[in-house]
Amino acid sequence: MSHSHPSGRGAASSGSMEFSTESKVDAKAMPRVLQRIIGRALRYPGLLAFAILCTVGSSLASLALPRLFGRAVDQAHHLLLNAGAAPDAARKALWVSAGLIIAATLIRGLMTMLSGYFGEYVSQKVGYDLRLEFFRQLQRLPFGFHDRIHSGDLITRGMLDLEGARMFVQGGLMMVLSLVLLLVFAGWQMLRTDWVMGMIGLAFVPIAAGTLGRMGFLLRVTWLKFQELMAVLTLTMEENLQGIRVVRAFAGKTFELLKFDQASIDALTYSFHRITLRLRAVAVMQVSFNASMAGIIWYGGHKVAAGTMTVGTLTSYLGYMSLLQGPVRQIAMIFNAAARATSSGARVFEILDLVPEITDAPNAQPLKPTQGVLAFEHVDFAYAPGGKAVLSDICFEVRPGKTLGIVGPPGSGKSTLANLVPRFYDVTGGRITLDGVDIRNVTLASLREFVGLVQQEAFLFDSSIGHNVAYADPWAEEERIIEAAKVAHIHDHIAGLPETYETRIGERGVALSGGQRQRMSIARGVVPGPGVMIFDDSTAAIDAVTERRVRDALAKATATKATLIIAHRLSSLMHADEIIILDEGRIIERGDHTTLLARGGIYAELYELQSRSDATATLDDDAPVGVLV
Amino acid sequence: MTQAQKRSTPRASLGSSEGDDIFGTFDVAIAQRFLGYLKPHRKTLLAAQAAVLISAGCGILIPKLTGEAVKHAVSGQVGSLDKILVGFGLTAGAYALFFFIGEFLSSRLAQQVIFDIRRAMFSHFQDVSLSFMDKTHVGRIMARLQGDVNALQEFLDTMNGAVGDMVTLLGITLVLLSTDLKLGLLTLTVLPALVAVRAVWLPYSKRSFRHARDASSSTNSALAENINGIRTVQETRREAMNFDLYQVKAQENFRAQNAASWMTQVMVPTVDILTGLAIAVVVVVGGQEVLGGRMDVGVMVTFILYVQRFFEPVRLLSMQYTIMQRAMAAGHRIFEVIDVPVTIADKPDAVDLKDAPATVEFRNVTFGYDPARPILHDINLIVRPKEVVALVGPTGSGKTSIIALTHRFYEVDHGQILVGGHDVRDISLDSLGKTIGMVLQEPFLFTGTIEQNIRYNTDASRERIIEAAKAVSAHDFIMRLPEGYDTPLGQRGRNISMGQRQLISFARALVADPQILILDEATANIDSFTEMAIQRALKVLFAGRTCMVIAHRLATIRDADRIVVLQQGRILEQGSHDVLMKTGGLYSHLYTSAHASFDDQVVAVTGDAEFATRT
Repeated sequence: MSHSHPSGRGAASSGSMEFSTESKVDAKAMPRVLQRIIGRALRYPGLLAFAILCTVGSSLASLALPRLFGRAVDQAHHLLLNAGAAPDAARKALWVSAGLIIAATLIRGLMTMLSGYFGEYVSQKVGYDLRLEFFRQLQRLPFGFHDRIHSGDLITRGMLDLEGARMFVQGGLMMVLSLVLLLVFAGWQMLRTDWVMGMIGLAFVPIAAGTLGRMGFLLRVTWLKFQELMAVLTLTMEENLQGIRVVRAFAGKTFELLKFDQASIDALTYSFHRITLRLRAVAVMQVSFNASMAGIIWYGGHKVAAGTMTVGTLTSYLGYMSLLQGPVRQIAMIFNAAARATSSGARVFEILDLVPEITDAPNAQPLKPTQGVLAFEHVDFAYAPGGKAVLSDICFEVRPGKTLGIVGPPGSGKSTLANLVPRFYDVTGGRITLDGVDIRNVTLASLREFVGLVQQEAFLFDSSIGHNVAYADPWAEEERIIEAAKVAHIHDHIAGLPETYETRIGERGVALSGGQRQRMSIARGVVPGPGVMIFDDSTAAIDAVTERRVRDALAKATATKATLIIAHRLSSLMHADEIIILDEGRIIERGDHTTLLARGGIYAELYELQSRSDATATLDDDAPVGVLV
Repeated sequence: MTQAQKRSTPRASLGSSEGDDIFGTFDVAIAQRFLGYLKPHRKTLLAAQAAVLISAGCGILIPKLTGEAVKHAVSGQVGSLDKILVGFGLTAGAYALFFFIGEFLSSRLAQQVIFDIRRAMFSHFQDVSLSFMDKTHVGRIMARLQGDVNALQEFLDTMNGAVGDMVTLLGITLVLLSTDLKLGLLTLTVLPALVAVRAVWLPYSKRSFRHARDASSSTNSALAENINGIRTVQETRREAMNFDLYQVKAQENFRAQNAASWMTQVMVPTVDILTGLAIAVVVVVGGQEVLGGRMDVGVMVTFILYVQRFFEPVRLLSMQYTIMQRAMAAGHRIFEVIDVPVTIADKPDAVDLKDAPATVEFRNVTFGYDPARPILHDINLIVRPKEVVALVGPTGSGKTSIIALTHRFYEVDHGQILVGGHDVRDISLDSLGKTIGMVLQEPFLFTGTIEQNIRYNTDASRERIIEAAKAVSAHDFIMRLPEGYDTPLGQRGRNISMGQRQLISFARALVADPQILILDEATANIDSFTEMAIQRALKVLFAGRTCMVIAHRLATIRDADRIVVLQQGRILEQGSHDVLMKTGGLYSHLYTSAHASFDDQVVAVTGDAEFATRT
């Protein structure tokens, strides 16, 4: 397990529960994880049974072939010796053998095809099920979970790990099955005919299987290690490209190439290690197999020479050997697949097994707002049970049409407070009510519909502007969207774009500035027309002039709603009906702008600080350039 | 809730993907350039090829020896049977040994070449002009550095094996024909049949594989988007709709994957049946010959053994063909990158700015990212040693272009820029980078500890780093972090605030100690306490240096020795704050309105919105 470093964001560090990293294959966990994957394949018993049946059929057809070859050789050879037999009958027998050979290969081919297709089908079905479950689960897991786990890690789990787990059905389970069937059938045939020769022939199997199996497992382990090293290399390259201006500005080319080379050589060394590992096992396999072959030819050849064995029997043994060679080689792949499925499966199930901490109460009712009064009653909150208190004893009430402003230094708990209202986290003490009803007693869906939260960091999706603005209500009519965009003062900009609301944004579309992104996010928050609006520092990147216009428009649009505004810039919230100042999770001052200024506390100090860079400071030329502070 | 009419269809989509074409056609030019990368490793390549050839030869010989052994066994010649067995053992041993050597050398070579190519690309990105980098998305570049390079690796990995496969195929053909011409020819007739079937199959399978790949990447992109935007998804209660959208994609992916799997499986019986047919030919025709005493039974055994091995190389070769096509497409994209011309490079006799005065001069500079639409018109500007010049003006007035040009991120269209009295085009880029320090608007931090970030490419001691951090008021907050200077920064420093990131980038510039400092002040809203620290830090940074600052904060602007006001790519006015205020031009207008905004009065619409006070 990796040790996660406590970060500046309280949310991410405190009470962090740790998640498994990719770099391990836990041999002890193997049976349990594989069992779960097989259990999922067993949900399709019919398809799986059919695939297995086809595998049996193809194995049997495979085994018939060496016998048929042997028979044909004997037919040709023996009849030559017993020259008395009618040539016609001998020819006929050869034709029959040839027909049987074609039939056997036909059956083998068809059966292998069907078993391969249906094995993969079940495997894809398992993948499909896992994919949907994974997606649904991520949507259910609360913010607290998403704070603790990196989004890139989740994406890896949902893409690569899920594939790794799924592939075990075909690449592990079905392959083991066909290997065992072939080994048992062929082994039985070989031992039955001549047990000494059978033993010689099978001698290579345990040696090769042991070496290849171990290699398959080790390859997985080294592969993970290699991936880790490659990730370092990728990061080095990616950061270099993203920070290319810094690199250029500091003439850092040589330095960056040095970083690249270091990461590169590490990865390369490991990659060489993998090559050696693989080839060593392959060499053992080849030598042991050919030793068995030589043994069979020697033992069988002498018997044939002595006349105690027919040449056809010897040929059939050679046929069995080449039949076994392929599947035994695949042992490495099976072990690799099993090891991959174990580490990957564990990482997928780890997420699927989590129980969402925030769900509807058993008797939850849809919220029936009468007025829309939001109240905090002695609310306490900590990210981890018993952890550092992020909010303590918060009390306030916001009535419809009123605005509450929240100010405080970074880390004082402002954003946390905002996130408590739509229940992205649950309070640890006290309660939050809407029209007197505890929000934990209403359904999440109805609560979140009623509460609109515009976050500080505007996340926009890689689609059109219209899709983004209408995100919360995809059925909203054109007018509603335009209206919302006008409130957020972004309509004029959108209207000026070549495809207006159909313009794509993001990677393959137009780029928006930080302020424009925030305005988009405000428009998005306005579209569904929630009963409570919360703005979490959501105008920080908008210039002051535009911000005031947005604020005025919003004031009109949300005139009948309870509004919460969190901001650094006091001008954003000085008109609020009440302003609370948070410090270390506590309300240290409250009142309206005038009262707070008069009080001469922190608010007044902040106000003074923010005004100082203005007119008052212009005359103040006492800090000339160059003086160390 | 607003009572609004509802649309008939939702405006909703999830994820998007747009794949590059994965199959290319053989291109001699690209193949030749690959070979260019193999050249330094010519000896290894030759040794690997030799080993592969020897092992392929031994591989061909093994069934032949088996057949010979059977022949001698049948005729009861025990002595020669044993001799052949010794030969069998030696051949098998040689096969294993040379297979090992060949694979070992060629796999290592492939890895090495891949890293060489990746390095060449990466190194090239350090030199190409920023105009190219501006236009190209980092994700796209990374796809080339990784995806395309990996496609190449797959090709190189199997390339040597392909030579072995071809030799094997040829060898088997020769052995069969030389052993028994008639039977050999008859057996080989199935080969064209296989080639024909594959030729018909190939275009269908390609389409199917491509579809599977697209469906998979589209599903994955939808997942990634939902994960990245999960907070918005939950805030806006889009869970159910996004699940439905995702399910449609997952279903499509399921279908596409199964169709592709069907395409793969359908070739299995074809190969099997053709093998059966070939063996049947051996049995009937060869059997008759044996019957008639015209052929030895050992030959029949040899044929049966060979026919079983015959199709493997054919299958591998046709796989190799697909891999080659993929490598061609990848190679095309890789060389496209490597071929981007380096427009800004050192002259052969580039000057080193050692003792040159720290001055910057613009002489009649005209510049545009698109030369047809100049951003800067005929700019003349002299910045004297240790002077602090603030550049102000509305968005699009050319401030950023001026500082970018000073560092020669781009080339001027007309006129010239002199740093330390030399034209920037005559100065070595390395020396220019060491003379001019830059602090960008958005502080960019690398993964690593705080100490490593401040040090960056200098060899500053820890003491020097702490000293710099103290000077820019970053020391206190750094010490409050769990591991102080050794605290690792998360993704781009996400674990510290924007203002704190800014302070670290100041410390980085201070450690680099450039004679000329270029600073693009952050516009982002930073909390008041950090803002104070930043203002203090700026003064330290400016001390004793020639500075050009794109300033947004009034405090910074006021502290400058000279203010240069730009509008639409021209210098409108310049002078000290007091002088400009008296002149009553754009600056005084902007200044008054910016100041006014805080007091919630009507704001004049003119000028740069960004210009407003930020704290």
